[in-house]
This record gives sequence, C-alpha cells and structure tokens, in this order.
Amino acid sequence: MSTTAITSGLLYLVLAPLIGGLIAGMDRILSARMQMRVGPPIWQPFYDVGKLFSKEQLVVNHMQTTLISGLLFFMVITGLLFFTGYDLLLVIFTFTLASIFLILAAYRAGSPYSFIGAERELLQIMAYEPMVLLVPIGIYLVTKTFSISEILKFETPLIFYLPGVFIGFLHVLTIKFRKSPFDLSSTHHAHQELVKGLTTEFSGPSLALIEIAHWYENVLLLGMIYLFFAPIPWVGVLLALGLYFLEIVIDNSFARMKWEFLLKSSWWVALIFGGGNIILLMLFKH
Amino acid sequence: MSSIIKSPWVIHYDGSSCNGCDIEVLAALTPRFDVERFGIINTGNPKHADIFLITGSINEQNISIVKNIYEQMPNPKIVIAVGVCAATGGIFRECYNVQGGVGEVIPVDVYVPGCAVRPEAIIDGVVKGLGILQKKQEEWSKQA
Repeated sequence: MSTTAITSGLLYLVLAPLIGGLIAGMDRILSARMQMRVGPPIWQPFYDVGKLFSKEQLVVNHMQTTLISGLLFFMVITGLLFFTGYDLLLVIFTFTLASIFLILAAYRAGSPYSFIGAERELLQIMAYEPMVLLVPIGIYLVTKTFSISEILKFETPLIFYLPGVFIGFLHVLTIKFRKSPFDLSSTHHAHQELVKGLTTEFSGPSLALIEIAHWYENVLLLGMIYLFFAPIPWVGVLLALGLYFLEIVIDNSFARMKWEFLLKSSWWVALIFGGGNIILLMLFKH
Repeated sequence: MSSIIKSPWVIHYDGSSCNGCDIEVLAALTPRFDVERFGIINTGNPKHADIFLITGSINEQNISIVKNIYEQMPNPKIVIAVGVCAATGGIFRECYNVQGGVGEVIPVDVYVPGCAVRPEAIIDGVVKGLGILQKKQEEWSKQA
C-alpha cells in the first residue's frame, strides 16, 4: 500500500466525523432557514452526540449494543476501503453489510416501532441496492477496472460516459441520506410517524454511535459523487456539496411517500437510467 | 460534560389538557419562537428525551402512561409541568376522575403557571429546568 493511500485513510478516519458533523450542522441551519427559522448553531450535532454519550444507556437486549458497534465498525471499514483506493465492489458489499447490522440491532428490540422501522429499512435496501450495484458495473465498463486508485487515474470525468448511472445514483442518494420523500424507516425531523422508526429503542451512547456512523456514511457517499468528477477535483468537491444542498431542498419540499412509490420509482429509475446507460455503453464503446 | 444543556430533547405528553397549552408548546417550535435555536427538539420518543413536558391534569386513565413514559426516559431527566392543570388539576380539579397535578404521580422539577401558558413562559420554564438538568447530570455522573 502506498503512503498516499495510508495518509488518505488516516485523514478519513479523523476528518470524516468532523466533516460529517459539520455537514449535519449546516444541514440543520439550512433547513431552518428554508422554514423561515434561525436554526441551531453549526456545532449542534456535536453537542447532541456529546450529550448522548453522557446519558444513561437503557439496554433492551444486550446484542443491541454489540450490533451497533458492528454498524460503526463496518461503516468505518467501508470508508477506509474507499479512501485508500481499494476495490469498489468490496466497498459496495461492506457498505450493505454495515446497514444490515443496524437492521439486526433494530430487530433485537421487541418494540413494534423499531420492528416496522427495520422492515422499512429492508425495503429501502431492496429499493436502492440494484442501482448501487449498477454504479461499479458502469464504471468497470468505462475504465476496465474495479480498483478505485486506478479509476481515479482515468483522464476523462466518468460523468461523460455515465450520466444515466449518475442520475440513478442521485435518486437512491435521497434514500441513503435519509431525506424526504424517502425517509421511511427513520428521520431526523420532528415529523415522526413510527415514533423514531429504526432508532426508537436506542438511547444514550448507542444512539450516539448510530449518529457517528451516519456521519461516516455521508462523507463516503459524497466521496462516491466525487468519483464521477475525479479528474477535475474542485468541480468534484463543489458538485458533491451542491448536490447535498439539492437533497436538503428536496427534503424540505416533499412529503414522505409510501413504500410502493419508493420501490417502484427506484427500480424504474435504475432500469431506465442506469440500465439504459449501461446498454448504450456496451453497444457503442469500443 | 455540559453539552446536556446545549441539546435538551423534549417529549411532550398531553394529560387531560384542553389543548390550549399543547398549542402553545407547539407554537414554541414555530418560526416565531424557534426553540431549535437552543438545540431543543421535540422528539416524541421517551428513550431519546431529556425533558418530560406535561400539559393537563392527571386522571385515572393516564397515571400508568405518565409513569411509564417517565420510567422509559434515560437518566438524567427532568419533568416540567406546563399550565395550571398540570400543576394542581386546575379547572378540572373537582372532576370525579381527576387525581390532580402531575406532582401526584411523578416528581416535578419545574412548574410553569398559566392558562393557557404563553410560549415565552414555556421557554423560560425549560431554561430554568436546564439548570436543574445540569445539577442532576453532575450527580448522576458521580453515581455512575
């Protein structure tokens, strides 16, 4: 492994929670401004996590805490694999594994809210997984490699070959960021419907771990957006942040949809944009 | 850690209130008062909450519910009784099924008087509660 890979891995380990937390803080301020409110200070997510760590941990089932540590562990591993330039396929698979840990943890509690939350999270995985899998396939067809460090060396921005795949990926990003209209399993906002869905039965430190895992996840997802614009770094960074802003706008302007819509729209988008893009690539490239 | 006073999460429960106080509690979340400025969130989940905000009096049917919500909240936690009904039973005090104020069932830390309570008074009450919450936090971390 090269030194740059090790440095970027270490930087991810240290900076990702900081950047993820600041993005979450910015998200809350921007959402508040869109609703004509002032909003909390930008450090609010860190205050929240600090408080949660100092609170009592109510454990419904001891496996819960173990599984939540698994979520954080595999989320960090996924990010490390991504930012040190390993295999993109491996990244996608460990990413799914991390989400599975959260679902298992939610299933451990007997509460119906957490149970339905977990079921909806499974539905969300079912909805976004086909599209997420099309991303490495599309990238492979263009660059002939799954290795991220090799993909980064490709001269043309991938977006020129994979606009459809990118649009499909944006669609499922709304699910991954837990934004309306697709925040079925759990939401950051006060407009709850399943109490707090997936995270209902977690309190104190374990809830804080879920929050930190979510920060790592968000930075990783922004990194995946960057991958499409890699040859021009500043465009990549700006567009990743710009698209996150777009997600906030969508979050504030849509009501939550039903799961049928989530599943149908995600699969249709994956089929038409993602699949169409890949078929065209297979026909016309080389 | 003092971050508990920077991020108090609230669970709001309506005992047998006439909804006057409930509307004022929700008014505190609106753009005009925007309590999220202070990191206050209405969670709706006792396991995430630090502050138990009750409006309305305690009656025979909700005793067990109020106790249950209180017990599901992780320590440290405080209880704020909003409005005269939550303090003493108020206008409903003489009703056959009304037990009285919230203090009859669980320990209350702050009473906010008013009928209906003004949003400013609710915010004042929560801010007063934060001092108590911090003291409880210090005691609790010594115990743990």
